[in-house]
Amino acid sequence: MKILVPVKRVVDYNVKVRVKADGTGIETAGVKMSMNPFDEIGVEEAVRLKEKGAATEIVAVSMGVPQCAETIRTALAMGADRGILVETDAELQPLAVAKLLKAIAEKEQPKLIILGKQAIDDDMNATGQMLAALLGWPQGTFASKITIEGDGITVTREVDGGLETVALTLPAIITTDLRLNEPRYASLPNIMKARKKPIDNLKPADLGVDPKPRLTTVKVAEPPKRKAGVKVGSVAELVEKLKTEAKVI
Amino acid sequence: MTALVLLEFDAAGIKQPSRSAVAAAEKLGEVHALVAGSGIEAAAQAAAKLPGVAKVLTADVPPLDHLLAEPAAALLVGLAPNYDHLLAATTAVGKNIMPRVAALLDVQPISDIAEVVDTDTFVRPIYAGNGMATVKSSDPKKVITVRAASFDPVATEGGSAAVEPVNVPDLPEMSRFISAELSKSERPELTAARVVISGGRGMQSGENFNLLEPIADKLGAAVGASRAAVDAGFVPNDYQVGQTGKIVAPELYIAVGISGAIQHLAGMKDSKVIVAINKDEEAPIFQVADYGLVADLFKALPELKEELERS
Ligand SMILES: Cc1cc2nc3c(=O)[nH]c(=O)nc-3n(C[C@H](O)[C@H](O)[C@H](O)COP(=O)(O)OP(=O)(O)OC[C@H]3O[C@@H](n4cnc5c(N)ncnc54)[C@H](O)[C@@H]3O)c2cc1C
Ligand SMILES: Nc1ncnc2c1ncn2[C@@H]1O[C@H](COP(=O)(O)O)[C@@H](O)[C@H]1O
Repeated sequence: MKILVPVKRVVDYNVKVRVKADGTGIETAGVKMSMNPFDEIGVEEAVRLKEKGAATEIVAVSMGVPQCAETIRTALAMGADRGILVETDAELQPLAVAKLLKAIAEKEQPKLIILGKQAIDDDMNATGQMLAALLGWPQGTFASKITIEGDGITVTREVDGGLETVALTLPAIITTDLRLNEPRYASLPNIMKARKKPIDNLKPADLGVDPKPRLTTVKVAEPPKRKAGVKVGSVAELVEKLKTEAKVI
Repeated sequence: MTALVLLEFDAAGIKQPSRSAVAAAEKLGEVHALVAGSGIEAAAQAAAKLPGVAKVLTADVPPLDHLLAEPAAALLVGLAPNYDHLLAATTAVGKNIMPRVAALLDVQPISDIAEVVDTDTFVRPIYAGNGMATVKSSDPKKVITVRAASFDPVATEGGSAAVEPVNVPDLPEMSRFISAELSKSERPELTAARVVISGGRGMQSGENFNLLEPIADKLGAAVGASRAAVDAGFVPNDYQVGQTGKIVAPELYIAVGISGAIQHLAGMKDSKVIVAINKDEEAPIFQVADYGLVADLFKALPELKEELERS
């Protein structure tokens, strides 16, 4: 079974991002970039499936600027076998990413595609569901546990009230939630080995996809700032203030 | 312009996040509501009473139980020709279904809107709410999820919409519901509660979350948690507040033993009043707290319980 793992290059989750002064977007110049944390979980899950003998090959795909190759290298160092870079300077929105991934899936014929539930930059939480729709495949989103049995996959999903388990027929789409696994760190020997693994380089046009964005960003503003509060000296003072000043209890 | 809102419901009626989605839809035009599943009469009646809803559509067939994404999306796509906007709340259900609908319609979904500017322009948070992006859609139809915390829900009574069954198209059967393991609680739902009290890694164990219980009882609060507390197994996943968990904006949010990582703040910083209890006076949570108490939670929580009982 072949597994496809889309991995997005995003601003590292530890970076406190700032809105650009001209309101056109987020300041990303000189900022540390990393693999989207949910995609690390996706790569880890694929590697575990391969280690268990359930998967035979893992292909990591990233789309965007040339530096996305670094994100693919990270996936290769974690245990993916080869990479596909879809290179473009154009802004890619989930619909375009899903169309590009569909074209790749049609060529590669994977049985399983594991995406992150959400990219921590655009916070869309959309691409996996969209890819599932375009391929006509079932989807197991927000997965905290997956079990492959024959031609099916059982997925435990994190939902608002707790957990839900669904059974899907393969091929299928999975999107990862935080509790699916704890991703490994790549070891130095594996980082060295990853340098020799192949990465194909494609352009959106090679896949016959027009990636034009459907949403135009008019502006990006800072969220409203909270005004600085006060420190209280005791629990009694806290309760008093909540009652008489804030009037919330 | 007409908007269709996919509603979620339980035995108690239409869920609050869905009522917030109706409130957002009212800013776009006439609002129709969709109730799907089997044995949905009571839910359809509850939907008909929502102020602002002009018509309730029902799809009463068993394959729509549990609102699995594949059949639910097929249903919505079948209804889409009559609507300019298709909406649902940004819940596990809405997030699962709506992007699938959008892809089938060849449009880019507009996730988690916090404001309606006009019928094709919306404000949505990006980068864990560190930026508020105004986006304009060029698609002929808009498929939207609504950040419930940003829209006051419509009331549960006051409307009297007509209820109309729809023709249900052939629904795909590629997924099957097996089971649900839902947290049982007498407390209000996190996203609907007037007061939320959340514990973090500082709570040290699931057992210690019991210290929050009497306080939550007294305040009628829901109990939430940070990711660290969920990952450590102190409490179930559905307690998680944050960028990738639940977004809450109660009147009062009390963070106990939570450092205040950006991913956590993203889920609660729109609360009206924020209280933080943390033994580290440098903890970033104090930068957003209206009232900060630097204290050991194991001392402060019993005191807080007593103080609330006294008053
Ligand atoms: C992709 C991604 C998504 C994430 N999504 C979320 C999310 O949705 N929600 C979320 O919460 N986090 C999320 N996180 C995690 C986030 O980055 C933080 O790791 C997490 O919020 C920390 O939880 P915490 O504050 O409980 O733990 P810590 O940061 O360890 O803080 C514990 C705090 O407790 C205090 N403390 C300890 N003992 C006591 C005591 N006895 N009395 C009083 N105070 C005490 C300490 O001073 C400290 O400030 C996400 C991270 C990633 C990478
Ligand atoms: N440019 C991209 N390259 C590779 N994968 C992507 C890209 N954009 C989105 N994805 C995948 O889609 C998931 C969800 O992203 P989003 O829908 O943008 O929140 C991510 O976690 C990735 O797995």
